[in-house]
Amino acid sequence: MISGRTLAQGAGCEDKMSRLYIDEVSCCYLSEEDYRALGLSDGMNLLLTSPHGSAVLRAGVDKGLPKGMVFIPMGPWANMLTGTDTKGCGMPGFKGVEVEVTPTDEKVLDIRELMLRGR
Amino acid sequence: MRLQIEDVLCTFCGCLCDDIRVEVDGGRIEKVRGACRLGSSKIMGHSRIKSPMIRVNGELREASYEEAYRKAAEILVSAKHPLLYGWASTTCEALKKGILLAEEIGGVVDTTATVCHGPSIIGIEEKGLVGSTLGQIKNRADLIVFWGCNPSEAHPRHTLRYSSNASGRFIPEGRKDRKVLVIDVRETRTARNADRFLRIQPGTDYEMISALRMIIGGKAESLPEDVAGVSRKELVEIAEMMRSAKFGAIFFGLGLTHSRGRYKNVDNALSLVSELNSHTKFVIMAMRGHYNVTGAGQVLAWSSGYPMAVDYARGAPYYNPGETSCCDLLSRRDVDAAMIIASDPASNLPRGCVEALAEMPVIQIDPFENPTTFFADVVIPSAIAGIEAEGTAYRMDGLSLRLRKLVDTEYPSDVEILQAILDNVRRLRDDN
Repeated sequence: MISGRTLAQGAGCEDKMSRLYIDEVSCCYLSEEDYRALGLSDGMNLLLTSPHGSAVLRAGVDKGLPKGMVFIPMGPWANMLTGTDTKGCGMPGFKGVEVEVTPTDEKVLDIRELMLRGR
Repeated sequence: MRLQIEDVLCTFCGCLCDDIRVEVDGGRIEKVRGACRLGSSKIMGHSRIKSPMIRVNGELREASYEEAYRKAAEILVSAKHPLLYGWASTTCEALKKGILLAEEIGGVVDTTATVCHGPSIIGIEEKGLVGSTLGQIKNRADLIVFWGCNPSEAHPRHTLRYSSNASGRFIPEGRKDRKVLVIDVRETRTARNADRFLRIQPGTDYEMISALRMIIGGKAESLPEDVAGVSRKELVEIAEMMRSAKFGAIFFGLGLTHSRGRYKNVDNALSLVSELNSHTKFVIMAMRGHYNVTGAGQVLAWSSGYPMAVDYARGAPYYNPGETSCCDLLSRRDVDAAMIIASDPASNLPRGCVEALAEMPVIQIDPFENPTTFFADVVIPSAIAGIEAEGTAYRMDGLSLRLRKLVDTEYPSDVEILQAILDNVRRLRDDN
């Protein structure tokens, strides 16, 4: 899993409670091949699990992605999956996180539920 | 009265575009021209935090500014080791006040650079940097390399104003006069504008840079046929593209700093550029994200000697990324209170750090509500720098530019808020 900036994430990033921002950062993009292999279609969700946590995200396609890689616009959902180890230089691993991706019927939480989960 | 303001600076990303036109009517911004989608969204504005708030019995309740300043000061004075974090989306003048506050309370000042280009700065400290201004690149570079960055989405006007698609003094035809090479793990929008796109495996930037250095150093025959999935033949062609440029420029992004190798990737890229200068002219620049993350590093460096993650607890500045950087401090529970200014760590730090933040008193200074507000105990709404307050910011190439005030506001500036908290801290300490 890699995370990073997208246009919609950036345009919404000073307006984090907006639909635009929340919809963008709660989406997990896959390659066309993986999307098909998982039998996904519009409106379906994915459960992503990493050694550091898990989250439910909407599924989307990014034609620029190779097979076996998922991209999540940086934000609270991606960070449910990233660890805190900075390898001694202050920077956690926001890219290159190993994740397991499974289609799910669970819903995508709203931002408040997600942030306050378990509190 | 309708007023047209020319040459406004956009306070979104490190491009700090200075050619925006803004129409103001009756003290409100009505129209933004010339900015990208990211910039116009910020300048046009949206819902604000209306009043200062203090959390009482789990709920945020409206308070006066005086009450909020006092409460913030109480939190900071009673903390053993507070973290003052953010700073990249406010002015240099605000950070100067923040450093005074950190000295007073023995806190840590860290900027969002630590989770952005912090490793680049560590790499530059190790190796030094062959740099230039964006103007030099615009006017001279006939080869632009985007490595692990995607300006089409993160710095949308960069290509048109400063790099691949800009016309310059010795590059009159713009894009036609330049070659563009994109190196990334995925085919981004930026890659679609390139003459050549090299897709690499995630976490193999270091190997690629090392292979290019060997080819530039005349040791191509010692390379294996295949370097982490890329053929030697292709790497030789890429190295030749670099060596044969008259003036090459590498822009690199978080693809280098966020992935395996971190600062060592940048360190290696700096060496590659340094070695290319034995053959031609080559420069390298980090694609800085927040509009004043460069300035935040400058202010900290000239005040303390260190560019980020500066701990004042010992009475003298102490810097050790991996120990005094926000992510490490939070995950190790090494700080017991946090003041967050102009940033949103709840969204942008790993969950483990956010959980630590939720356990401690948090002061938030920001014009806008964001997920950090869920965890804040004191919320102080501020004026938006560059729109409602003036100040200084540094572009990604280190050029300092003056931000103007475009419209009046009732909100105090970050500088005024920090001064008020500092005054309250000093008063409390005198009382004790």
